[in-house]
Amino acid sequence: MRMLTFAKRTAKEILRDPLNLAFGLGFPLVLLVLLTAIQASIPIPLFEIQHLTPGVTVFGLAFMSLFSATLIAKDRGTSLLQRLYTTPLTPADFIFGYTLPIIPIALAQGVICYVAAIVLKLPVTVNIVYAILGLIPISLLYVAFGLLCGSVLTDKQVGGICGALLTNLSAWLSGIWFDLELVGGTFKKIAYALPFVHAVEMERAILAGRFADVLPHVAWVLCYAVVLLALAVLFFLRQMEKQ
Amino acid sequence: MDAIRMERLTKHYKDVVAVGNLSLCVHKGELLSLLGVNGAGKTTTIKMLSCLTRPTAGDAFVNGKSIVTDTAAVKSCIAVSPQDTAIAPGLSVRENLELICGIYGFAKEKQTEKIDELVALLGLKSVLTKKAGKLSGGIQRRLSIAMALISEPEILFLDEPTLGLDVLVRSDLWDIIRSLKGKITIILTTHYMEEAEALSDRIAIMKDGKLVICDTAAKIKERAETDNFEQAFVRIVKGVAE
Repeated sequence: MRMLTFAKRTAKEILRDPLNLAFGLGFPLVLLVLLTAIQASIPIPLFEIQHLTPGVTVFGLAFMSLFSATLIAKDRGTSLLQRLYTTPLTPADFIFGYTLPIIPIALAQGVICYVAAIVLKLPVTVNIVYAILGLIPISLLYVAFGLLCGSVLTDKQVGGICGALLTNLSAWLSGIWFDLELVGGTFKKIAYALPFVHAVEMERAILAGRFADVLPHVAWVLCYAVVLLALAVLFFLRQMEKQ
Repeated sequence: MDAIRMERLTKHYKDVVAVGNLSLCVHKGELLSLLGVNGAGKTTTIKMLSCLTRPTAGDAFVNGKSIVTDTAAVKSCIAVSPQDTAIAPGLSVRENLELICGIYGFAKEKQTEKIDELVALLGLKSVLTKKAGKLSGGIQRRLSIAMALISEPEILFLDEPTLGLDVLVRSDLWDIIRSLKGKITIILTTHYMEEAEALSDRIAIMKDGKLVICDTAAKIKERAETDNFEQAFVRIVKGVAE
């Protein structure tokens, strides 16, 4: 009950920020429409709607890290958290209260992206539902990034690290905007050592119904998510002690 | 009965003694002000008593519960209004109050009743649906105090509640604090001498983490041989320094 009260507050703070809505929802939709228009004029297989949509939905999740990290860092910067630390809220209430609301928001973002993609002629199949559900482990990964950054950085630093670095990493090292095979070499090795490209390939495989290809990618994503979540919880508890 | 009993309460930050061997009792229903220059240890004392910081040594008992071994019980009977305004800026005034009610597990009827009561007491009716982050500093401070009071605390910590507020808002807050006297135990820290003198049953003056004196304003002035409380404070603090 206490955790749900706190989680409700997290969701309200995130959803009421017009910038969050603009970037979290507007930006992925703009990308989807723009790149589909480019594809219509200059056909590029990578920008075909069935390839593009999974990438854009994953890319959109990077903003979830930004929203969550900004809120946590801002709370840390004010006395609100100090006040709440003197209430019966437990560390678990804080961690779940900050992280759980992000998952339905992330899923809602995915649903909106897929609805837009259907309008842009994505064939309607049951795999769309599975692809949206596949966003859950990926959103865990981005939630962990958010909790980690929010626990160790100030709100200004969060803008730089989550807003610029993470979104760029998610863009460049994910194979959404260009084929990693074209670059190859160390760049490709680094990309495949990180979780972003696996998240995108997992979503592409689900949407295409290639379910046998999903497992190795989901394993990468979940391993990163678990390690990052453990680190995030550790750093959150540390900053709680410091407060 | 004592609402708070501090027993050789000590907090070190590396080599710095923020609070050293503080032993002090606060009676039930009393308003005790903690006074001191910057770095005297007032805020650290409040942080320890509200379980935000663990003492390095010693202990304190809030309503008979240890701040070291029984933090959950302590947290259930206290509330803190921190130095800075502590509100959720994206929520309305009502939602901020509902947030605290939810954290304390109030039923719907009790929540409505408490919100109505606090809104009337702190004059927040006209801004109830407004976003807290858009309100003036004075109204935000009132909301911050309302959020502390809504959990029906037996002990309330007010850390510099009127800092940075204009004279009229400060006067309003003094009236609110006066209206609470006797009903709950209040520990107030302040830099304003006249505030401590006007509101407190007793005043504890701290310097370098140590308690210098704890008595009524009248007795403190008597001891410092002056009619002016500010002068008394300066004499006592300097006297100890010499």
